[in-house]
Amino acid sequence: MEQSWRRAKAAFAAIALPPMVWLLLFFLIPLAVIWAYSFGENTGPVTIDLTGTFSNYLRAIEPIYLEIFGKSVVIAGITTLLCLVIGFPVALAIAFASPRAKIWLLLLIMLPFWTNLLIRTFALIAVLREHGYVNFVLEWLWNNASWVMTFAGLQPLGEFEPLKLLYNNAAVVIGLVYVHLPFMVLPLYSALDRMDRSLMEASLDLGAGHLRTILLVVVPLAAPGIASGVLITFIPALGAYLTPDLLGGPDSQMIANVIERQFKRANDWPFGAALSFLLMYLTFIAIALQALLQRRSEVRRI
Amino acid sequence: MKERPAPRPPKDRPGPLEYLRRWPLRIMVGVTLLFLYLPLMTLMVFSFNDSRRNIVWEGFTLKYYEKAFSNASLIEAFSNSLTIAFATTVLSVTLGALAAVMLWRFRFPGKTAVEGGMALPIVVPEICMGVAMLVFFARVMPWPQGLPWPANLGAIIIAHTSFAFPFVATVVRARLASFNRELEEAARDLGASEWRTFWDVLVPHMQPGLIAGALLAFTLSLDDFVITFFTAGPDTVTFPVKVYSMLRFSVTPEVNAASTVLIVLTVVLTAAGLYLQARSEDRKKG
Repeated sequence: MEQSWRRAKAAFAAIALPPMVWLLLFFLIPLAVIWAYSFGENTGPVTIDLTGTFSNYLRAIEPIYLEIFGKSVVIAGITTLLCLVIGFPVALAIAFASPRAKIWLLLLIMLPFWTNLLIRTFALIAVLREHGYVNFVLEWLWNNASWVMTFAGLQPLGEFEPLKLLYNNAAVVIGLVYVHLPFMVLPLYSALDRMDRSLMEASLDLGAGHLRTILLVVVPLAAPGIASGVLITFIPALGAYLTPDLLGGPDSQMIANVIERQFKRANDWPFGAALSFLLMYLTFIAIALQALLQRRSEVRRI
Repeated sequence: MKERPAPRPPKDRPGPLEYLRRWPLRIMVGVTLLFLYLPLMTLMVFSFNDSRRNIVWEGFTLKYYEKAFSNASLIEAFSNSLTIAFATTVLSVTLGALAAVMLWRFRFPGKTAVEGGMALPIVVPEICMGVAMLVFFARVMPWPQGLPWPANLGAIIIAHTSFAFPFVATVVRARLASFNRELEEAARDLGASEWRTFWDVLVPHMQPGLIAGALLAFTLSLDDFVITFFTAGPDTVTFPVKVYSMLRFSVTPEVNAASTVLIVLTVVLTAAGLYLQARSEDRKKG
């Protein structure tokens, strides 16, 4: 049904040129420049020679940078797994809710997603920091427990030590889960919502329990949705900059933080460019992997 | 919570698939919503708290709002953000709608490559796009310094449009899929020109998609920190960048107040957008 561009050249040009030119000029060219820089060398404070060297990439696979890449993948992986474990039951509950409740719950899940990332991170800092609300509640509980113990004639508990909840890897994971949970819930929900329910009813009628039905019937049926939820959570988590920067400690730097340092402080653009492209290749590998799995599962179904 | 269905007779037990009415899942949903909302709620509530330590309730005050509103640089950052978001929305909706129509209507050589290229800004990590924009505006196309407002925001607007318009294109294209092409042919047969058909037949059909896309572009732009962080100069600070630098010094109640204003603004805008979208979809149906 599509029209060949040859049959309406003027209309095609008028429609296609603005977005294509914009994409080329303000997206593809900037990326191409970075790509070219990744094969360059710093020859002066502001001059970069495009020498075609691979030294930036060789430096990027030195152990300290490999470790950071590995750490980023692990942190993004744990984040994705936690989002899946929390998000799946929530998506299941929403998918089987009454139409009215469904709309409200979806809105409630979406709303934090519309609020500013920086504000959400800031809100989390206020909760987790040393004099934050979590430690405040814990201290209150601790002091009450201590008072109860003296009352019962026991030794009171010692001085309350606030938990160090911020500036470590756990804080980065909590922050990433907090930010990315809606990304996971929405694709899971749309997969579960489209699912053929008679299969679940059949499984329940035939005597399988709810847990078994969910594991053996629902999960395989929702596999494409799970895969896209995993991808949509993993990719931004892998390239996260703000969360590790604000919630992480000195040893929880992820790739994005190293890239930022090369461009804004260390002024080593070629090396930063090489790291950026490595991060991009990792992203593309994740996407390709997902596409491959998806195709395999479709083939199996046929 | 609004999850409870209409009042039911006392002996009505949850059906086999009504997972929301089973307590383990209820607890799960409740805890998740608490996790998502408690930090934001405390942030908003404590912006009215009369205490610098910011943790024990000491009484109601509006002084942090006064402080935030009399902080000239914060207000400037805020208006910069809104201006950028507005310009980005206009540009992204235009470009995104054109891109959607192009991909929906025409068959042309290299279409798959163009589709892939349009999807790139959606999947490329923000940090990579940020540094690409930094280098582009530093070396390839330096944005003139010291331009009068709002021209000095041009570089940021361009960067935001580059990542926002493919999102708009995706949303609008999904909407176009439901368009009946015979309507277009009918208009053409009745003598309407290409331009008139586009404007009077296709655009009205796209409208809900355009509204959804505009909403998306506006929030994406208002929300963006990383890409702006790399393209903003010292005199083009946006609200997230300003909050970031305030956070570097200390967590002050002033930031709470400013954040609360922004949260309320986003919620109101989202509600308005969703309402408009629902209304325009209803009208199309009826």
